[in-house]
Amino acid sequence: MSFGDYMLFIVGAVLVNNILLAQFLGNCPFLGVSKRMDTATGMSMAVVFVITLAGACTWLVQYYILIPFNIEYLQTIFFILVIASLVQLVEIIMQKTVPGLYRALGIYLPLITTNCAVLGVAIINIQKEFDFVQMLVFSFASAVGYGLALCLFAGIRERFALARIPKVFEGTALGLVTAGFMSLAFSGFAGLVGH
Amino acid sequence: MSLMKEFTKGFWELLPPFRLVLGLCPTLAVTTSAENGLGMGLATAFVLACSNMLISALRKIIPSKVRIAAFIVVVATFVVVVELTMQAYFYALYVKLGIFIPLIVVNCIPLGRAEAFASSNGVLASGADGLGIGLGFAISLFSLGTIREIFGAGTFWGAQVMWSGYEPMAFLLKAPGAFVCLGLMLAAINLISARQAKRKLEATRLAAAQA
Repeated sequence: MSFGDYMLFIVGAVLVNNILLAQFLGNCPFLGVSKRMDTATGMSMAVVFVITLAGACTWLVQYYILIPFNIEYLQTIFFILVIASLVQLVEIIMQKTVPGLYRALGIYLPLITTNCAVLGVAIINIQKEFDFVQMLVFSFASAVGYGLALCLFAGIRERFALARIPKVFEGTALGLVTAGFMSLAFSGFAGLVGH
Repeated sequence: MSLMKEFTKGFWELLPPFRLVLGLCPTLAVTTSAENGLGMGLATAFVLACSNMLISALRKIIPSKVRIAAFIVVVATFVVVVELTMQAYFYALYVKLGIFIPLIVVNCIPLGRAEAFASSNGVLASGADGLGIGLGFAISLFSLGTIREIFGAGTFWGAQVMWSGYEPMAFLLKAPGAFVCLGLMLAAINLISARQAKRKLEATRLAAAQA
């Protein structure tokens, strides 16, 4: 792939096929931690880090363990275990180095394990038969797209605190409708990358 | 009696994904038709019931420090069972649901129920809880899929149901439509439960006034 191809590839992964708004991966933490901007930024950074790292590890597991031993049907179990241990590692490192952020993210850090974006990207990497570099670029770009959507959404949700919202729409219901309109806005980027 | 209660709470009290706001990804992604929604819901229900029972049976053996990892392995095992079964017998549906079948592992509902219920309750109660919540999830997905399919494509289960001149709202089948439709359904459910709570309050007040 040439440089231009990579650029298109990145734009596609960040904006057009946004993993959150177009492919519906990782919606639970999206609605859970998006009430405040600072937790959203922290979560985004954690997700970018974990997705890229998990993408690399699962790719290596797939091509150097599962395929040589002919046990591809155990992919789901292997991948989730790799991701779970990685998240634990990130949690320990974060607890030691940035305790403030660790306290802010609270229970959501272990929840990255069950963030389907992580496992989803790992599986997409294998399904699309990416080579190692493409895999790294795709994982990173998807995660950045996730972070972008999460932070934008948190910015909008902070405004909700000041708005008068009908009682039945409070919380998740309005969050979902807002996410729908954000998704609509993001689908406008589809023209950037020709099909 | 209490088994029945554990079973039925999944249909309204804890109805996922509305009451338990978990498992949103498959809810949004696969409900483009009633059939897909039901397929996904039943696959999740199977995983949920089986994993709940096994985790409950093992709850005294699993050390609490590594319980999450142990739960994930149990859930993942049943997901692989579902994955291989669907590949063998329901291949068309398997292809349509695609990545969301392996993603049942990270659906949060099985894991959430394991942590909240199965790790501290008996095997039968856990099975009832898992099956009830799973079927509730299947019903939610089926209704969301039905609404999106009828208005978005004018069909139900692949058969035309709207009149011939009906212009389908294709918006509902696209990604934004999924979010908006689920948001509106959640608001509707909030409205109904707010009404219910109000009625209950009035009833107790009336009873108190009479006494």
